[in-house]
Parts: sequence; C-alpha cells; structure tokens
Amino acid sequence: MSVRRLAPPEQQPKDFAFSRANLEWAQAQVKKYPEGRQQSAVIPLLWRAQEQAGGWLPEAAIRHVADFLGLAHIRALEVATFYTMFNLEPVGKFHVQLCGTTPCRLRGADDLEKLCKKKIGEQGHVTEDGKFSWVEVECLGACVNAPMVQINADYYEDLTKESFNQILDALAAGKKPKPGPQVKRQLSAPAGGPTTLVADVPAAKKSSATSSKSKPKSN
Amino acid sequence: MTKVIVDGKEIDVPPEYTLLQACEAAGAEIPRFCFHERLSIAGNCRMCLIEVAGMPKPQASCALGVKDLPPNKDGSPKVLNTKTPMVRKAREGVMEFLLINHPLDCPICDQGGECDLQDQAMAYGVDGSRFQENKRAVEDKYIGVLVKTIMTRCIHCTRCIRFTTEVAGVSELGAIGRGEDMEITTYLEKAMTSELQGNVVDLCPVGALTSKPYAFAARPWELGKTQSVDVMDAVGSAIRIDTRGREVMRILPRTNDDVNEEWISDKTRHVVDGLRTQRLDQPYIRENGRLVPATWSQAFAAIAAAVKKSNGKRIGAIAGDLAAVEEMYALKQLMVSLGSPNIDARQDGAAVDPKNGRASYLFNATIAGIEKADALLIVGANPRREAAVLNARIRKRWRAGKFPIALIGEQADLTYPYDYIGAGPESLALFVKSKHSDAFNEAARPMMIVGSGVLSHPDGTAVTALAAKVASEFGFMSEDWNGFCVLHTAASRVGALDIGFVPQKDGMTALQMARPGAVDVLFLLGADEIDIQPSAFVVYIGTHGDRGAHRADVILPGAAYPEKSGLYVNTEGRVQMANRAAFPPGDAREDWAILRALSDVLGHRLPFDSLAQLRQGLFKEFPHLMQLDQIAPGKTAHVEKLAEAQGQYDKTPLRSPIEDFYLTNPVARASAIMAECSALHSGAARTAAE
Repeated sequence: MSVRRLAPPEQQPKDFAFSRANLEWAQAQVKKYPEGRQQSAVIPLLWRAQEQAGGWLPEAAIRHVADFLGLAHIRALEVATFYTMFNLEPVGKFHVQLCGTTPCRLRGADDLEKLCKKKIGEQGHVTEDGKFSWVEVECLGACVNAPMVQINADYYEDLTKESFNQILDALAAGKKPKPGPQVKRQLSAPAGGPTTLVADVPAAKKSSATSSKSKPKSN
Repeated sequence: MTKVIVDGKEIDVPPEYTLLQACEAAGAEIPRFCFHERLSIAGNCRMCLIEVAGMPKPQASCALGVKDLPPNKDGSPKVLNTKTPMVRKAREGVMEFLLINHPLDCPICDQGGECDLQDQAMAYGVDGSRFQENKRAVEDKYIGVLVKTIMTRCIHCTRCIRFTTEVAGVSELGAIGRGEDMEITTYLEKAMTSELQGNVVDLCPVGALTSKPYAFAARPWELGKTQSVDVMDAVGSAIRIDTRGREVMRILPRTNDDVNEEWISDKTRHVVDGLRTQRLDQPYIRENGRLVPATWSQAFAAIAAAVKKSNGKRIGAIAGDLAAVEEMYALKQLMVSLGSPNIDARQDGAAVDPKNGRASYLFNATIAGIEKADALLIVGANPRREAAVLNARIRKRWRAGKFPIALIGEQADLTYPYDYIGAGPESLALFVKSKHSDAFNEAARPMMIVGSGVLSHPDGTAVTALAAKVASEFGFMSEDWNGFCVLHTAASRVGALDIGFVPQKDGMTALQMARPGAVDVLFLLGADEIDIQPSAFVVYIGTHGDRGAHRADVILPGAAYPEKSGLYVNTEGRVQMANRAAFPPGDAREDWAILRALSDVLGHRLPFDSLAQLRQGLFKEFPHLMQLDQIAPGKTAHVEKLAEAQGQYDKTPLRSPIEDFYLTNPVARASAIMAECSALHSGAARTAAE
C-alpha cells in the first residue's frame, strides 16, 4: 500500500452537498446512535457521499460529512484516508478492483492484470471516455472462484482472459453482463456439478446418516 | 490499596494505578514515548513493556491497570519485573523497529542532545542494523509559523494529536493514512490556531516537531539554564530561560502544578526575539523634537532640571505591566520623597484598589482550585486570550465532567462550551433570576472569574461591586471556599496593588495623569499601554522603543524581565521570583539601580545601595512578599466590602481589553515572530509555505 493522497485541486469539485434523498437517509443513520455519539455515523455517511460523487470522495465531500456530524475536518480525513475502499481520486464509471492475492494469482490473475493494463491503462488511471479504471486490491474473499474482480458492486468470478475481456467489452457497450461465476457452476459449488454426496444412500442407513449429519448442527 | 511486587520489592499502590505508575512508585524506571502523564493513554509505542508473572507475553505497562491484572490463585500479590532479560529483549526489539524508519540525522537534528529516542537508544538500542531495505521518507508538513516539521523522524506516538485535542482544545492535528504510511498533519496543512501549540515541540519525543524560530540556533549543552517566571500575562508561568553568552536563546516551560502544570503559551515561549530588537541601550534626551543619544549624567541633569521647575503635586509616576515589585517600590519611595501623591499602575483604569483588602483583587480560588470548582461563571473575561494556560486548566476541569460554565461578556471560542447569558453588566443582575443559576445554586464550590472587562468598564467600580454582590449573595463564598476570582492581565498588577502603587491621598490616577496639562513631570516605568497627552515632561524608564519611548522627553534604558532579578505576584497572589539569565544591552541598567542613581541627582537619596537592602526594606513593610511561591490568602470579608460600593452603571458591553493575544506588551510588539503569528491569526497575511 502506498501513501494515499487527496486528488489534486484541479480535479476537486468546488462544493458538495448530499442530495435530498441522501440527506434524509443520512439523518436517519445519525439517529441510530445515542446523543453525543453522532460521529459514529462517519463511515456510512462517507460511503454514501462516495456513491453520490461518482465512486470517489472529493475533499468537499469529506468536509461536508464532517460538518454534518459536527466533527473536526481532520477527523473525517483520518477515516477517509485510513480505509482503502474510500477512493480519494476520481474513478471510471466502471471501477475494476482486481484481486491480486495468492489464490487469484495462482489461478491466473496475472493475465487479468495484463488485460487491464492493455485495455484500461496503468492502475488508478481513468480511460479517456471516463468509463474504466482499475486497481489491484487485497483478497476479496472469493478464493473458491479465483481469479475474480469486483466491478462497482458486483463480483465477476472464475475469469479467464477471454471471459474478462468479454465482460469489459459488454460494459463498454452499455450491456449488463451477468455477475457471478463465468463458468458453468452454481455460485461457489464445485464446477461441473456436485462431487460428494452424489451416490444413492441405502434406505436403512439413511436415518443414521441424517442424524449424524444433523449432530454437529445441534452442537 | 493493592499489593504488587516490583523487582522483588513489595509496595502498596491504589488499584486505579497503571502498571507503569506502580513500577515508578517502586522506583523502577520505565522507558516510554507515547505515554505522558497529562495526556490520555494511547499505548502505541510499546516501549514500556514489562513482564507480569503469569502472563506469557510482555505487557504494555502504561495501558494496563493494577486492578485489571488477573489475581493469583493463592491470592498472593502480582509480581512485576522490569529488569529481566525478557523485558530487555522485548524493549530492544521495539527499539529496533522504531529505528528502522528513523533517519540517522541526529547531527543535523535540533532535538539532538535532548531527544527521548536518542537517550533511550543508548539504553536499548542495538549496535548495528539488520535492515537492508529502503527507509520510509515522509514529506514535511506546514502546520504553522511556530512548529517546524521533519516528518521522516516521526515515530507515531500521537502525543501532539492528543495534546492539541485534549489540552489545547483544537482538533487540528490528526494522523492520516495508516500503518507505515501514517502521517501527522493538519487538515490540508492549515496553520494551527491554538495559542498553546508551541507545547507540541516539548511533547514530541523525537525531532519531528521542532521550534521553527529556534531552528539550528543552538545546542542544548551549550546553553545556560536559568529558572524564572513569565511576565507575559498575570498567570506567572514557571519558565526556564536558556541563554548562550549574553543572548536569550529560548524559553521553555518548567513544571509547576500549582500554576501552569507544564504548559506555556506561545507568547511566553516565542517572544524571545523581541528581547533583541527595538531595545533601548543608551539614554536619550529630546532636543528640538528629536531624541538625541546622551550620557547618564546628561539625562539625569535634564530630569533634575525639569523636576526643579515643578513641585511634588505636579509630578506623577505610572508603572507598566511588566514592572517588578522592587522597582515599583523604589519608584514609590522616590515619589513619596518628592512629595507626590500621583502614582498608579493601572494604565487601563481598572477598578481595583488595595483599600478593600487583598481578596478583593486576587484570584482567590487559585488556579489549581479550578479543578475543585463545580460551576463557573465568567464575567467580562476571555481567559483564552488573557491567560491561555489558565484557560487550559478550565478546559481540563470541563473535560472531567459536570462543570456548567456560563459567560457574561464577549462571545468567543474558549475551547469549551458555555451558556451565554448576555453582553452587558445588566446580565449579571439577570443571571441571579435566570434558569442558568440553578446549576450554580446546587454547586458547592461555584467560581466566578471577574475579568478585566469588568474592572476597566467605564463604570468599573459599580460593576465590580455588582459582581462581588452576586458572589457574596449567591454562595460563591463559603467558609472554606472563596470563588471570587479576579483575572488580571498584567504581570505587575497584583504586586503593585500589594505595595500600594495606587494614587495616595488626593493623588491622580493614571488616566487623569495622562490628560493634557495634568502634571509637569511624568515618570513612566515601562508604561506603554497608555496615551500620554502633550505638555508633560515624560521620563521613560523602559526596555523597548515602544509607545512610551516615542512620547518620552528623556529615555533611561532599563532591563527586560530575563535581565533582572525581581519579584512578581501573579493573579492568585502568589509571590514568585524571576531570576536574571542575561544582562541588559549596552548602557542599560536594572531599573531599581536607575531609580537609586536618579534619586541621588534629585537630592532625595533612596535608603538602599543594593538590591538586597531594597528587599530588606520591602519585606519589612510587606512581609508576605518574603514568602516565595506562597499565597497569603485574603478574607471573604474583603469581597463583601467590595460589594458595598454604590453606583450606577450603563449597559456598555463588557469587553476583554486584549484585542490581539500576540501583541499585548512592548516585548511582544518588538518580536517579529509575534507579528507573524498575529498576522496569521487575523488572516491578514498568507504565510503558508507552499
């Protein structure tokens, strides 16, 4: 991880204010916390501000959230710079987070990374049409379906160079590719169908099998 | 009390003690970086690791309480070890990690020689480095004109953040990023606005935050160190004056729990360069409207000629805000022998008079007593500007909880919240009936701070009487508590009142003397805050070419506060001795000696030849001044007597007399640093180092 900085001033919008819907939502969030502890809502509010600002947190948004919660500006900045999921610089309409941790690497994340570099450019760079940006992240917790990327809110799993390329092309064309595993597979169940518990269980043993199976659950 | 065994020594400690405190109580020395007695506990430097028998890992002793230790099965006391090989190895490991990213630039570091990391590396550092990788480098930040940052040296102890947030009351410093990339900064590198920010330099255990004005000026081991007291405000903070040769290099705080704990304001600390510029280093006489350099004898002759032409009733003397008790005493004696009743030290016309008794002008509850108070009413004061360190004490009390604060006077950011009652003296009368007073009714030890806004109000006497009346009728005073607290702004004020440096019978006040044609000859003892109208022959005894010197007909160069030994009585009535750390420049002399020499020329020789003899006479007349660092308490009856004064008051709002915290006296006005701070504070200048 490298030092995270706010975007340069020329990229920063002058001001930021919650939209009406978000403002109502934010007020409701703040109410969840006891009197005097309103600043606890800083993370959800920053997150909503990031969504409203197009996937990144302008300086004005950090200030707005701090003022909204009665926090010193530096306190909100501390939070925004601490958590890497707050993007401090502008991102594309489709922000690709490429998992680069060991399981994904072993399963071909290198190819995906090369594709990102070819189609989008360097990390943190936004394409000229404003559609794409990408960044390598640590484990996103979908190792079973490695390699994978997260694009905005969706996971695209079991990728190959080809399928990832298709997804990027589809997004660029304004289509909505199906999220989840890109191979024939149900979620994270074994590819190509179940591999255990496939044989018919004899009727006599069935009851004992179910009881032994349910045992751990009751514990 | 809980028993613990520290390094084989059994001691009894209160259960709320931390292990670090317990070990220190047993005499063991615990190294630390992040822990500080007056700040909250962070526990992030890990240098204070000790071994607790029964716990498998070393424990951070600053963050673990004695009462939180799991008890031994047989009920025997817990055993703490601070000197075992395990502890030593653990601390060496911590030190090695701290040094991984710490630059080896001690030879060019201003902290060198007084650096916690340097000192502790001597004890726990290993002789070589096992680190092959690149060191971390961090960009320096702009955080104001007083604090220089070399952020690569930062070890992330967060003391500066905790100080600014907790003590100074401005949440301006913070840590952005995380892990190795954590950086201390202000929001977008804005300058800090606290008037206590200089203290972060003392708190920083390494050279990351150093004093900007003092950068590369001197090394700690080449400085002479003199313990003294501050005169920038009436708090009388304990300071240490560091000198090299005859030059004052810097001023640092000393610990005095009764007064300033261990903080001092930026004015106290950084006024140093004001002691070098604009100094009067030889006598001057005004000839044809121009000040011409002269010798002492010429200057004395000119004064003697002027005094001869006049008579005692037409001679006056005004003492300034930085005058020590001794020179005021000498000046008073000289005026008495000249037959003049016109002496005064209250340039602002403050309605305080020693005739009512000592408690009528003291901060009776004492500064440490703020922590005992349980409600506070501030009348006509802005403690943040008038006594920044005292304000930190109020904030400390407020942070401890259950401390309602109400304010009458000017609204300002005092770093703690308060109920605003009103601007004028009539609010004081309303206060008694208002809902705010409920909290004060319940309070056992309520406190009222009466500021200069009350004393120097046009109807000061009446408003002060009203405040005293509210205090006595409203339970601010009881048998063992006197919550009537006068907050002065001038270091000399209480001393002057103690020795009766106020108009004698039929004498004129300072403001009356300043009027055109009121007196023939006027002696100003460093009085720069008053506008003397034409016609009087003005003799200015002082240190700086400020307002008084510009008006003067004869200038006698005196000694500034680090250049003389003198008594100062702070706003509580605490008598403190300022010591001489340096010598006055050029021909300048100590003020009492000037007055003694002048008295000879005037034919009224003062009855002392040395400072010791002067003090002998002073102590004989005012024995309480002999008790250094003590307070001779006043009686509540004094305040009740103050309340008896009758009079009308108009609704003029109570205003703090201090417009600009950084420019309140001639030394501060001569200081370029103070001017820069003032400009930055008022937003007039943009000095960001971009």
